[in-house]
Amino acid sequence: MPLGEIRVAINSDQDIVTARQEGRVLATRLCFSSVDATFIATAISELARNILAYAGKGEIMLRATHGSNREGILVVASDNGPGIRDIPQALRDGFSTSGSLGLGLPGVRRLMDEFEIKSQPGRGTTVSVKKWKR
Amino acid sequence: MEVPILKQGEFLIAMFQAALSDADLENLRQGLLQKVVKFRARGVIVDVTAMDVMDSFASRTLREIAHMIRLRGAETVIVGIQPEVAFAMVQLGLTLEGVSTALDLEEGLAYLIEKSKMTD
Repeated sequence: MPLGEIRVAINSDQDIVTARQEGRVLATRLCFSSVDATFIATAISELARNILAYAGKGEIMLRATHGSNREGILVVASDNGPGIRDIPQALRDGFSTSGSLGLGLPGVRRLMDEFEIKSQPGRGTTVSVKKWKR
Repeated sequence: MEVPILKQGEFLIAMFQAALSDADLENLRQGLLQKVVKFRARGVIVDVTAMDVMDSFASRTLREIAHMIRLRGAETVIVGIQPEVAFAMVQLGLTLEGVSTALDLEEGLAYLIEKSKMTD
């Protein structure tokens, strides 16, 4: 049975919890290890936090994805917020000091296998990350 | 979801649930500080065994709790960080610098008792 898309609207701090729990449920259904499921849930938590902190609202989309002969999970975090002016800077470690309301993007990149960011100042940001099953 | 805070002698024990929101964490920070003052607690154990994810906000709040309580003259120890949660924290670049940690509730209590003996 194919697994459909899951969409979680991010409007409040409670939605961060919902999004990361949905991520863990999907990762577990896809038979990810508990370490990888925790990595995925943690990455979702940070991405949802960025949406709330920088754009105020947005969405987390989750679904299963397939590579050449592997299975994985795709997480897309999107918002229509102010966008990121300097993406290389946002991807540099230490840019977000101690991660208070920091972007945490370098950490998310380390937690996941694939990382893609698209942002237009004034138009919004979309971060797509994938984790492959080992 | 409120975090229950139990009193055990001169120590306080806070038990985290899996699904704590940012607001819950902020309430815990407030509640713990109030109870430390009210009970003149010497130490606090924060048990995060049930916590599913420790992201930047949660670890920052824990650090703040520990530092505030230290300013009150009491000790804080975080217990029960799950192995996969610890792994994810390291990947994310999160540290709990300056915060004591222990394996579980029992070791956390032993640590606090040892600490309070030293200051007696």
